[in-house]
Amino acid sequence: MNFFSSIFRELTEKPWLAQSAETLDQELIEYQPGSPGKTGLKFFIAVVSVIFFLFSVTYLSRSQYADFQALGGEPWSPLYQPLWLWANTGWLLLASLSLHFAVGQVSEDKLNRLLGLLTLSVIFSLLFIFGQWVVWQQLSQQGFVINSNPANSYFYMLTAIHGLHLLGGLFALVRVLIIFSRKVKLDILQRSLVLCAWYWHYLWLLWLFIFALLTASPSTYNTIAAWCGL
Amino acid sequence: MNYTAIVDQPDESHHPTSFMAKYIWSQDHKVIAIQYSITALFVGLVALALSAMMRLQLGFPDSFSFIDPSSYLQFVTMHGMIMVIYLLTALLLGGFGNYLIPLMVGARDMVFPYLNMLSYWTYLLSVIVLLASFFVPGGPTGAGWTLYPPQTILPGTPGNDGGIILMLVSLAIFIVAFTMGGLNYVTTILQARARGMTLMRMPLTIWGIFTATILGLLAFPALLVSAIMMMLDKLVGTSFFMPAILSLGEPLNYTGGSPVLFQHLFWFFGHPEVYIVALPAFGMVSDVIATHARKNIFGYRMMVWAIVAIGGLSFVVWAHHMYVSGMNPYFGFFFATTTLIIAIPTALKVYNWSLTLWRGNIHMTVPMMFAIGFIFTFTHGGLTGLFLGNVVVDLPLSDTYFVVAHFHMVMGVSPIMVLFAAIYHWFPKVTGRFLHTGLGKFHFWMTFVGTYSIYLPMHYLGFLGVPRRYFAMGPTEFIPESAQSLNASITISALIVGVVQLIFLFNIIWSTFKGKKSGPNPWNATTLEWQTEYTPPRHGNWGGKIPVVYRWAYDYSVPGVKADFIPQNVSPQEVEMMDDKGGA
Repeated sequence: MNFFSSIFRELTEKPWLAQSAETLDQELIEYQPGSPGKTGLKFFIAVVSVIFFLFSVTYLSRSQYADFQALGGEPWSPLYQPLWLWANTGWLLLASLSLHFAVGQVSEDKLNRLLGLLTLSVIFSLLFIFGQWVVWQQLSQQGFVINSNPANSYFYMLTAIHGLHLLGGLFALVRVLIIFSRKVKLDILQRSLVLCAWYWHYLWLLWLFIFALLTASPSTYNTIAAWCGL
Repeated sequence: MNYTAIVDQPDESHHPTSFMAKYIWSQDHKVIAIQYSITALFVGLVALALSAMMRLQLGFPDSFSFIDPSSYLQFVTMHGMIMVIYLLTALLLGGFGNYLIPLMVGARDMVFPYLNMLSYWTYLLSVIVLLASFFVPGGPTGAGWTLYPPQTILPGTPGNDGGIILMLVSLAIFIVAFTMGGLNYVTTILQARARGMTLMRMPLTIWGIFTATILGLLAFPALLVSAIMMMLDKLVGTSFFMPAILSLGEPLNYTGGSPVLFQHLFWFFGHPEVYIVALPAFGMVSDVIATHARKNIFGYRMMVWAIVAIGGLSFVVWAHHMYVSGMNPYFGFFFATTTLIIAIPTALKVYNWSLTLWRGNIHMTVPMMFAIGFIFTFTHGGLTGLFLGNVVVDLPLSDTYFVVAHFHMVMGVSPIMVLFAAIYHWFPKVTGRFLHTGLGKFHFWMTFVGTYSIYLPMHYLGFLGVPRRYFAMGPTEFIPESAQSLNASITISALIVGVVQLIFLFNIIWSTFKGKKSGPNPWNATTLEWQTEYTPPRHGNWGGKIPVVYRWAYDYSVPGVKADFIPQNVSPQEVEMMDDKGGA
């Protein structure tokens, strides 16, 4: 509410009126350095969310056509009890948590622990990607290839695009570490790691959403589609 | 509160010294802006040449052996796509956005300079991939700029192999480039404003660019999503958009996909795209008009709210592009209503520009002429939009030249008039020299009158029922022969307008080196970019000290003040008042 009221207050200012010296002084005092990184990341997360939101809308819309056969929901469907996907969910959660704890370890005397946690995070992330690849292999060996059904197409496409976002995150994380090895200040490192941690948390939540969508039973997605008027 | 700036430490701004670091791999927003602009203008010239080829065929059918039906469709497609995305979006946001944002909000640079540099090089890559499609077997795609499936990727459509693949790849790369740039623009505006630069003290140019960038960040994903899905349909045989279909008598392997789904996605991007182009233009023209009329912009707050309202509404009107695709009548009613509602904030802006001119001390400079020209072309284009927004009027007029005339007036000619106004207005800041005024006036009149002689007759062609995208009419009884004479006249006007743009290019090149010196603030403008220590501004923009902002951007002709403008960084104590007798 505070955010909205302050935006509202700003947008209803009358800038053409002469400002008193006190108001001007007050403005200059209130001026604080901000954090462009956080703002940039928020907007980036918004963009990625819109991408996946639109994919989901097309998924729901496409699911209402007769040829759509869901991958989950029925005992005979390949993702009825997706153990590997649950394991992958765990790997990504662990990666996200280790980054989260790594942020707390940024100080001169805890650098070993910090490095350990960051390495763990990279390893867990790679395990997640490997695990997703294994699921792809399993599905294609059972004959569920990308073009055999629209539900399969969505599975391969969404997991691939989610994985690419994780790879992008890993690239950024490694870049942070390389810059760190050139001995930048610890507070700058911490700020970068906070952004990485946020991004990993987001990717984990996003994965949960994709996971739920792709393994939803026909009755679930039919109900949602009906709510959306599709 | 977001009154934030990049830390004022000139010693840390790492001034580049080598030629490569300064002009090629530059992270300076001004250099990147010029790189963006030159690339966009170059690719725009390609699109201009394509339109000349189309007009040659339409004006003088079958007189040119190098234009056949396939190549005609390819010219149409590439002309549209290049103009909308690779020229207008790139020039308005990548060019002017990059140049003006840090200077107008009082920052040393964009907040992520490295990302900004990557954005340009990625954009360049997307342009190269797009132009490469002219050289692949089968040539570029000829599916129309809307790329509707299923015809886009099926045999029979020109460029249905390499052409369409390169187009989709290029679009995806462009969107990555735009996102990198866009994150920079919004973050810089939110987080790097100089002290005292509250949101409501920002010039309307910044409001326009800011809102347009947010629209872009939220709308381009729809194009990305549709491009990825269409690419998969084409390359690996998925059936997202492709229905079960026969092609050349053979059943294909596609199963019940939905072509209309693509249309929804495309226009969910496509309509906001109109405002991604229009909003920065609205902003820039407001500043040009206020400066050259020596008057504060009329209704500044309303102008800001209108920009934001138009931005919001632009996301709920997309299906008015799809009336002929068929839809639930209530759906059509909804979209017709939202479309007409957009006319309110838009008309408000037109009135406010006119009221700013009212009793202003109008200086008929070249930028001002283009700005006033814009008010005319935009009003005309906007009014025909009210016709087409209604379902019953749209159905017979859709796919005729009436639509071509409408969208060229409203989002072709109008933003380009503003771009010209902006180039003539800000060129002195970029180079320290004026563009040649005589050539500029010639350019304006030829372009202004020329575009009317092109597009006004097209409305009549549309009423006659002349369909768009046709290579040749052939024997068509309901269209009188005089339509052909009109077409020939349009073509001659178009060729003349096209050639005049070369004079404009000559003016830019000549004036960069030989133009009259302008000094730092030739138009006596209030905004921060005119208050830099050097012109053109150097790396870091502000020399030793970042400006402090004390007022809004429109203190022109303030009663009782000696000069007819007060720059934003002049404190109340520094303002020179008139003496008691009212003289200077």
